[in-house]
Amino acid sequence: MATAPRVSRNSRRQGRPAPELIFGDLWPYDPAPESADPKLKTRYDLFIDGAFVPAKSGRTFETINPGNEKKLADVALADAADVDRAFQAARRAQESVWSKLPGRERGKYLYRIARLLQDRAREFAVAETLNGGKPIKEARDFDVPMAAAHFFYHAGWADKLAFAFPGASVSPVGVVGQVIPWNFPLLMLAWKIAPALAAGNCVVLKPAETTPLTALKFAEILQEAELPAGVVNIVAGAGETGAAVVSHPLAAKVAFTGSTEVGKIIQRQLAGSGKKLTLELGGKAANVVFDDAPLEQAVEGVVNGIFFNQGHVCCAGSRLLVQETIADALVAKLKLRLRSLRVGDPLDKNTDVGAINSKAQLEKIRELVASGVKEGAELYESPCRLPAKGFYFRPTLFTQVSMSHRIAREEIFGPVLSVLTFRTVEEAVEKANNTAYGLSAGVWTEKGSRILKLAGELKAGVVWANTFNKFDPTSPFGGYKESGFGREGGRQGLADYVNLS
Amino acid sequence: MPSAAQGAFRRLFDEIGSVDAVGLEERVAKYGTRSLKKAAKLWGLNRAVTMVDLTTLEGKDTPGKVASLCAKALHPHDEASVPPVAAVCVYPSMVRHARRALGERAPVKVASVATAFPSGQAPLKTRLGEVQAAVDDGADEIDMVINRGAFLAGEFAPVQDEIVAVREACGRCALKVILEVSELETYDNIRAASFLALRVLRTGDFIKTSTGKTGLNATLANNQVMIEAIRDFYLETGRAIGMKPAGGIRSAKQALTFLVAVKETLGDAWLTNARYRFGASSLLNDLLRQIAKEKSGAYQPPYYFSEAAESY
Repeated sequence: MATAPRVSRNSRRQGRPAPELIFGDLWPYDPAPESADPKLKTRYDLFIDGAFVPAKSGRTFETINPGNEKKLADVALADAADVDRAFQAARRAQESVWSKLPGRERGKYLYRIARLLQDRAREFAVAETLNGGKPIKEARDFDVPMAAAHFFYHAGWADKLAFAFPGASVSPVGVVGQVIPWNFPLLMLAWKIAPALAAGNCVVLKPAETTPLTALKFAEILQEAELPAGVVNIVAGAGETGAAVVSHPLAAKVAFTGSTEVGKIIQRQLAGSGKKLTLELGGKAANVVFDDAPLEQAVEGVVNGIFFNQGHVCCAGSRLLVQETIADALVAKLKLRLRSLRVGDPLDKNTDVGAINSKAQLEKIRELVASGVKEGAELYESPCRLPAKGFYFRPTLFTQVSMSHRIAREEIFGPVLSVLTFRTVEEAVEKANNTAYGLSAGVWTEKGSRILKLAGELKAGVVWANTFNKFDPTSPFGGYKESGFGREGGRQGLADYVNLS
Repeated sequence: MPSAAQGAFRRLFDEIGSVDAVGLEERVAKYGTRSLKKAAKLWGLNRAVTMVDLTTLEGKDTPGKVASLCAKALHPHDEASVPPVAAVCVYPSMVRHARRALGERAPVKVASVATAFPSGQAPLKTRLGEVQAAVDDGADEIDMVINRGAFLAGEFAPVQDEIVAVREACGRCALKVILEVSELETYDNIRAASFLALRVLRTGDFIKTSTGKTGLNATLANNQVMIEAIRDFYLETGRAIGMKPAGGIRSAKQALTFLVAVKETLGDAWLTNARYRFGASSLLNDLLRQIAKEKSGAYQPPYYFSEAAESY
């Protein structure tokens, strides 16, 4: 920061230690755990044809709390036979009830679901935090309200489809198979189910293996809303179950959110099948900070971009591209900010960074961070204390990163930021686009013309300007290149769930 | 070609950087979501009491009223464990009454607004005379206002020269420089004015948001701009300047949120009344009410506390 340089030189000459801030224990916050009851059962069955039923095979799997590694519940494990049962139920519902219902009646169900979700918001927030490891303040202030917002938004479209696509006659696609990831279990469910139902489709959805609980709790809401049996079916399980869902012959459309690796397998599988497909895959977003950016707010945005949900965000701003002239100042501020991030018990209302979702993910993060160190990048970790039990990782940043490092190319999906520098606008664009992914990007500058230029030139589905990680049901979200295709949210998202003629 | 004023602002902004209003307000909203329980809450409430500059700045102030304010400042509550406040803040004419009421080696300091508070619209000589009078009458701290007219015209040198002149007149008294943020229009300007003041202040001096006499006073956002300026200046120069938000902080909850901002921006070293103050009057009673509630587990009847600062 430019203040009178004369003074600073003097203080250094006199050999005084550099001034430091103390983020210590003078005023520790007491534990403030969210007390709402998540109302979890010890056992969850599959939700097929409007009822909870055990898997045909009788098999179950355990789901745990990644914050303390304790078991939360046993969940029925669906195999191909269960998935088939779900698709048959969905087809029956589709043909006999749902496609015949006028749009405004479908809208009523969606409104009812949205309101019930709001009624039980705290309960769902706690369940989401327990099962996924995200901080309760995020589940409470982002995941659950945003999930409800998607149902409200699409409830509004249900009887207005003709206006969404003027001049075309709109019909539902049919039964859709949907597979969602573990980073935003309830929100991704809402992104998938709300537009599908609004457009008159029926659904078979598979939540992620590590986070099935809020999806199965959501099935309770569907019962409470008296949604006709079979319109939504939820089958829990791992990769095999997912494969059965996407390859089922009754699936007229497949929607998948998850890793690029699995996305490619699905696309290969569906090639030539005539099924519609949308994929929302990985990302390695660049957050580009120019020298005229308001530094303090840029730091806040960068922190929010990479440490939100422990970095388990496909659009996380995991590459920080900073203009050379301000790199030192920005990194110094980032390090300072990292020290006041509170890492720990996800249920504590003061926790900023919660638990890593699973042991496997924690190991993947560790492996990539080790590769960063090995390839010569400089590591900085927040000095925070971590809980003894549970899967935790310190907020981390790497400087001296070059474009060829694995940490600059591969999606880490954890709280790890790679800092690179650039000199000119062209170099910034070139580096930002030099990736297999293209989901999101951020630009930080006070210059409006530069924002518009970069919004056009950055190959990313979303470009945020002077902010990051902002979502709205009206705004389409999706990727370029190996980040997938198709959009979710807005009129564009709805278009993927209808046939037009 | 930009005008001289424009040029002056541009050069200063280039040096110290700018503030994005949307991002700033988003940031400070997060402080309000911190949940303070039990010991943390009680510590924060007690610490906030020790940071209060108990203030009366009315035309109708009398020596008697100032004396009762001083009594309240020394013993805010029947409960002996509640500490005294940091200072009483009065007009220069009341300084000697406050000094008499508090005694010489009191744990509570006497602060006096001076320099033609709140407008500052008097000749410099008059303003310096006022400062001198307050110092002579026994003030420990002087709260001055900056020359907003000169600042907004881009004439930064006179703004700083006046602060230096007052600083000299203060002698050993601590100086608090009021920026009057509501008249500075933008967060960029608040940051700029903070730096102008910081660069001519001594360790132990303060910058302060407002006089409390205009529409908008201390908010979390302008508090944040100023403590970030203090932090940046400290890291660059090693000179630790204090901060005093004033006006508009009435509830204990608000005060705790301001302290959270201090803790997470400036760190532990600023969680003391040597470096952080609240300019307030009705705040004190709400702090006491909440302290009593934390200790007894229940709210006391409302008539145990007075809402009106006049009735101390």
